[in-house]
Amino acid sequence: MLEASNLECVRGERSLFAGVSFRLDGGEMLYVQGKNGSGKTSLLRMLCALTPAVSGEIRWRGGPIGKLGEEFRSELCYLGHQNAIKEELTPLENLLSSARLAQEALDEDAALDALALVGLRGREDLACRYLSQGQKRRAALARLVNEKRALWVLDEPYVALDPAAVELVAGLIGTHLQAGGLAVLTTHQAVSVPAAAVRELWLGDSDATQRPQ
Amino acid sequence: MLRAVIGRDLRLAMRRQADIVAAMFFFIIVVSLFPLGVGPEPDQLRRMAPGVLWVAALLATMLSLPRLFADDHRDGTLEQLTLAPQPLGVIVLGKVIAHWLVAGLPLVVLAPVLGIQFDLSSDALLVLTVSLLIGTPALSGIGAIGAALTLGVRGGGVLLSLLVLPLYIPVLIFGAGAVDATLSGLGPQAHLSLLGALALGGVFFAPWPTAAALRVALE
Amino acid sequence: MTDRVINWYKYASPQTFYPLAGKLIPWFWALAALFGIAGLTIGFLIAPTDAQQGEGYRIIFLHVPASWLSMFIYLVMAFWAGIGLAFNIRLSGMMASALAPTGALFAFLSLWTGALWGKPMWGTWWVWDARLTSELILLFLYIGFIALQAAIDDPRRADKAGAILALVGVVNIPIIYFSVKWWNTLHQGASVSLTKAPSMAAMMLWGMLLCALACWMYSIAIALMRVRTIMLERERHTDWVRALLSGNGHDTSRHP
Repeated sequence: MLEASNLECVRGERSLFAGVSFRLDGGEMLYVQGKNGSGKTSLLRMLCALTPAVSGEIRWRGGPIGKLGEEFRSELCYLGHQNAIKEELTPLENLLSSARLAQEALDEDAALDALALVGLRGREDLACRYLSQGQKRRAALARLVNEKRALWVLDEPYVALDPAAVELVAGLIGTHLQAGGLAVLTTHQAVSVPAAAVRELWLGDSDATQRPQ
Repeated sequence: MLRAVIGRDLRLAMRRQADIVAAMFFFIIVVSLFPLGVGPEPDQLRRMAPGVLWVAALLATMLSLPRLFADDHRDGTLEQLTLAPQPLGVIVLGKVIAHWLVAGLPLVVLAPVLGIQFDLSSDALLVLTVSLLIGTPALSGIGAIGAALTLGVRGGGVLLSLLVLPLYIPVLIFGAGAVDATLSGLGPQAHLSLLGALALGGVFFAPWPTAAALRVALE
Repeated sequence: MTDRVINWYKYASPQTFYPLAGKLIPWFWALAALFGIAGLTIGFLIAPTDAQQGEGYRIIFLHVPASWLSMFIYLVMAFWAGIGLAFNIRLSGMMASALAPTGALFAFLSLWTGALWGKPMWGTWWVWDARLTSELILLFLYIGFIALQAAIDDPRRADKAGAILALVGVVNIPIIYFSVKWWNTLHQGASVSLTKAPSMAAMMLWGMLLCALACWMYSIAIALMRVRTIMLERERHTDWVRALLSGNGHDTSRHP
C-alpha cells in the first residue's frame, strides 16, 4: 500500500540519507531507527508530503502521493514532534477542533471517553498551558483513540510518557494494525507493539539498509 | 470547514483579548498623535484626517499580522492544517476572515469616533467607515501573503512590513481617496467600487499564494 | 521531442551553464560598450539642444533607459522565478536572484537621474509625480525581494519564497501603477510616444534607444557574471566545482 523507492534527503549541504526503499502493507508497522540527526523526522515528513524528496518516489495505493493530494491526506494521520496542542484551549476543545479540522465526526461523549482513556479525566476543562509535558503529550495522543484513517505516521510517540501511557499507546497502535491499518514510527525506546508485523529501517550515515527481522 | 477554522481562530483570539485591545489602542494613539504633531487647526486636520486614519489602520494591521501563522507554526498546528483533507487555500481563507473579524472590524468600529477628533462632517465619517469596512479585508488578505513568506525567518516582523506595505498602496489610495472625494464634494462611489474590487481580489486571490508560501515555509 | 527536452535540461544544469555563460559574457560586454559609445555619442554630440529644456535634457539618455530596464528586469525576474517554481529548475531561481540587484540599481538610477533632471526643470528635486512614485514603489519591491532572499538561509527555500513574492509583485505592479496614476493630478505624459513625436527629434530617439540597448546588454552580462558566482557558492560541495577550482588552482590571481 505504501511504497517508497530510492528516497534521498538533503539538509543544508549534507545528504542525510539516499537510496531508502521500503514497502508496507495493511497490518504492518515500520520502525524507523537511527542516531540523532540521521534524518528520521525528515523521512517521516517526506512520507506526509510535507517535504519533497530530492529524488525518489513515494506511492500510496499505487499513486504518487504528490499527485493524490487530498485523497492521500484524508487517509493520513500525522503526529509530529510538536504536540499541535493549543495552550489556550482545553484538552477537550483541542481534541474536538482537531477532529473538526480533519473532517472527522467526533461527538463530545466520544471525546470525553478518549481523554479519560489517556488519563486526563478531571483535566478536560483545564487550559492546556496548566498541563505537564507528559499530560500535553497525552492530550495530543488522545486523537489516536478514535482515529480511523489508514496510515499513521508517528514521530517519537512515546517521548515524555510514563510506562503506563507507553503501554497504552502501544496498545492503540496494535489495535490499529489489527484492523488492517499501517503505521510508521520513530522511537528510541524498545517497545513491543502487540500482534504486529514489524519491519525495521535503519538510517545510517549516508545509506540505509533494510534489516530483515 | 471554513466555519471550523474561523470558529477555532476566534475562540483562540477570545482567550487572548489583550492582543486585540493592544492593537486597538495602538490605532487610537497613532491617530491622536497627529494633531499634537501638526497643531489643532481644524481646516488642516480635516484635510489630513482620511490619510492619517488610513495609514494608522495599515500600521495597526501590520502589528497583528505576524501572529496570523506564527503561533500555529510554533506548536505544530500548522502542519496539521496543511495535512487536512482540504485545499490549504480554503483554510487560509478561513484564517484571513478570522483575522479580519479580530483585527480589521475593531478599526472600522473605532474610526468614526476618532474621525470626530478631526472635525469630520457626518457624511465624511460615514464614507470613512464604509471605506474601512470595504478595505480592511483586503489588508488581511494581502498581509497574509507577507506573513506566510516571513514565517520563521530572521527579523520577520520588519521584513513583513517591507514586503507588505508597498502592496497596500492601492488600498490606501482608494480608501483615503474616497473620503477625500467626499470632502471635496465629489461622490465617493468610484473610489469605493475600486476598493471593493481590490478587497475581492485580496480576499479570494491572496489565499493561494499564501498557501504556496506556507508549504515552502514548512519544508 | 525527447531529445529537445533533454537538451533543455542539459543547459539548465549549472555544470553545463557555467562554462557557456563564461563564453557569452565577453560578447555581451562588447555589445554593451559598442551600443553605449554609439548612444552617448549621438546623445551628447549629435542630438540637437532642446528648445525648452536646453542642455539639461541630455540626462534622459541615461534616465529613460534606466526606467525601462528597471521595469523590464522585474518582468524577466518574475518570469524566471515562475519557471523555477513551476518546473523546479534550480538555474531559474539563481537567474532571478542574479537579476534583482541589477533591477534595483536601475530603479535607483532612474530616481536619481530623475531628481537631477527635476531640479532645473521643475525647480525641485522631488515631485509626487505618478511615474516617480511608481518607480519608488518598484524600488521597494526590489528591496523586499532581495531582503527576503537574504533572510532565508536555505537557498532552495529562498528561491521559492522569492518566486512567490516576485509573482505577487508582478500581478500588483499594474494595479499599483494605475492607482498611483489615478491619485496623481500633476501627471506629465509619457516622454516617448508616437503621437507626440514632434516634441522629440529623431536623433534623440535613436540615442535613447541605443543607450537602452547598451543598458540591456550590460544587464545580461552582469547577471550572467552574478549567476556564475551564485553557482559556485551554492554548488561548492559538488564534484564539478571542486574540479574547476582545483584545475584553476595555479591561477592565484583568480582563486587565491
